Amino acid sequence: MDITPATAAPPPLGAAPAPAGQKATTRPGDRIFLALSRGSGILLLVIMAAIAVFLTVRATNALSHNEGNFFTTFEWSANSTPPVFGIAVLAFGTVVSSLIAMLIAVPVAIGIALFISHYAPRKLSTPLSYVIDLLAAVPSIVYGLWGALFLVPHLGGLYSWLNDYFGWTGIFEYHDGAARSLFTIGILLAIMILPIVTSVSREVFLQAPKMHEEAALALGATRWEVIRMSVLPFGRSGVISASMLGLGRALGETMAVATVLSPSFEIGKSLLDPGGGTFAQNIASSFKESGEIGKDALIASGLVLFVLTLLVNGAARLIIARRKEYTA
Amino acid sequence: MAKRIDVSGLNAYYGAHKAIDDISMTVEPRSVTAFIGPSGCGKSTFLRTLNRMHEVTPGGRVEGKVMLDDENLYGPGVDPVSVRRTVGMVFQRPNPFPTMSIFDNVAAGVRLNGGRVRKDELDGIVEKSLKGANLWNEVKDRLNKPGAGLSGGQQQRLCIARAIAVEPQVLLMDEPCSALDPISTLAIEDLIGELKERFTIVIVTHNMQQAARVSDRTAFFNLAGVGQPGKLVEIDDTERIFSNPSVQATEDYISGRFG
Ligand SMILES: Nc1ncnc2c1ncn2[C@@H]1O[C@H](COP(=O)(O)OP(=O)(O)OP(=O)(O)O)[C@@H](O)[C@H]1O
Ligand SMILES: [Mg+2]
Repeated sequence: MDITPATAAPPPLGAAPAPAGQKATTRPGDRIFLALSRGSGILLLVIMAAIAVFLTVRATNALSHNEGNFFTTFEWSANSTPPVFGIAVLAFGTVVSSLIAMLIAVPVAIGIALFISHYAPRKLSTPLSYVIDLLAAVPSIVYGLWGALFLVPHLGGLYSWLNDYFGWTGIFEYHDGAARSLFTIGILLAIMILPIVTSVSREVFLQAPKMHEEAALALGATRWEVIRMSVLPFGRSGVISASMLGLGRALGETMAVATVLSPSFEIGKSLLDPGGGTFAQNIASSFKESGEIGKDALIASGLVLFVLTLLVNGAARLIIARRKEYTA
Repeated sequence: MAKRIDVSGLNAYYGAHKAIDDISMTVEPRSVTAFIGPSGCGKSTFLRTLNRMHEVTPGGRVEGKVMLDDENLYGPGVDPVSVRRTVGMVFQRPNPFPTMSIFDNVAAGVRLNGGRVRKDELDGIVEKSLKGANLWNEVKDRLNKPGAGLSGGQQQRLCIARAIAVEPQVLLMDEPCSALDPISTLAIEDLIGELKERFTIVIVTHNMQQAARVSDRTAFFNLAGVGQPGKLVEIDDTERIFSNPSVQATEDYISGRFG
């Protein structure tokens, strides 16, 4: 065997031979690496700060011209004089469509992940994992086209059914028309984030320690009880992280939403009403036709989306940290 | 409570590999039977066929008969889940559920299979099991703390408490002390001596003194060579095995003149 202690490595050419094992000397390689890593770290911070300053300045510029209330106005006329715009509709649309997506995608993803990791025979689980990973890599515009060309025309039946059975709640009231609503967006986003949430959850479940699964089995647990006692508690924080990854994608999804939604600046009484909008979709749809104030207004809305994402991530970290003391 | 185990013509496989060959033996109720033998001779594999845990390993397959009194564990229509409730198991490495408190760990088996128990009844079971595992005095003030916060020896006794809480007929232990210090080991050996009043106990151990100390009967397993299946060489009263075994290989193994 060839065991060479690091200190015995020959010094780089041209370096003075360091007194072996004596006082610490910095070698040129270390110094170069230190400078390089420190430099790139600082550079990154500087770039981030520059972007933040740029965005904040432009956003403030737009806000100072705004004649409406930035948070409560149901209108986006940032290019008229005077400009009037507010994010109420966008915030509502973004949050609601992402929530619907999470409600649909997370349980299904956990189910598929458990099926792959603990139920399916290997012959089935391997190709299934492969397909899921493949789906996670499909570009979002493809989902958008599929949503607009296939999903929208085929959701009428589901909409009528929801109206028949849950119409009384008000939020599932449906009057004929194209299914270009926040609810459709939610379904589409659910399909889009399903692969990544499934994929990450599956990896976490596969790592559940065998010894705890065997402990449960030996107590006379059924397969589902094994999962409940040893796999799910172990996978909990991983599934939360996976969901947050999915939520992040849903909140920021642009092309698919812009392709499917017919945007409007009102909040419908029913989730099935066409119209509404999201931050990302609004930016993509309006950016080209916007003047300077218009663009600044879009930047301001983008900053709000950024803060929203930060909040979501912070909340997830809190949830995971709170469970820390209970993980082995 | 305790039941007799009667094994006949038992083979166990991992895929195509035969790990144990044609084992037949009787394990007496309310006694401790020790399994000894060199590494890889199939002690763990055989132990796991006794509560149908072998078949959960991928490729795991069993042929033969294991009678628990007059019920064949491998008979048609026998539910492995109910077998495992009757035949409990303690593993080599202590494995309390890390997300559960001490109390919940002990109660885990009782709560399974839709078992609904009244709170005061459950308190009683947990206390009795922890006392049975000689752990009660050390944990009675922190039943709601995580089980993973105990020392290794305490965790192993917690696992024993968890296993006996469901009142099994048989308790299987696979090298339960090999991860523990001598004092914890002694505590568990004493415990085994008490538990045999209520359960049929089978223990795998590499520690000859331990086998001699705790067991009434000892079974010696051996294998002819690498890749060969393990076989039962002999099973007899522990005293006889350690003083005057009927097979030369047993004596060689016990006295360390092996291989
Ligand atoms: N999961 C497995 N897959 C395939 N082969 C296995 C598996 N577990 C054990 N074996 C094989 O089965 C044989 C018996 O193993 P087993 O673990 O029962 O031996 P053991 O007597 O318990 O050894 P030790 O004293 O080291 O614990 C060995 O040849 C081993 O390689
Ligand atoms: Mg073993």
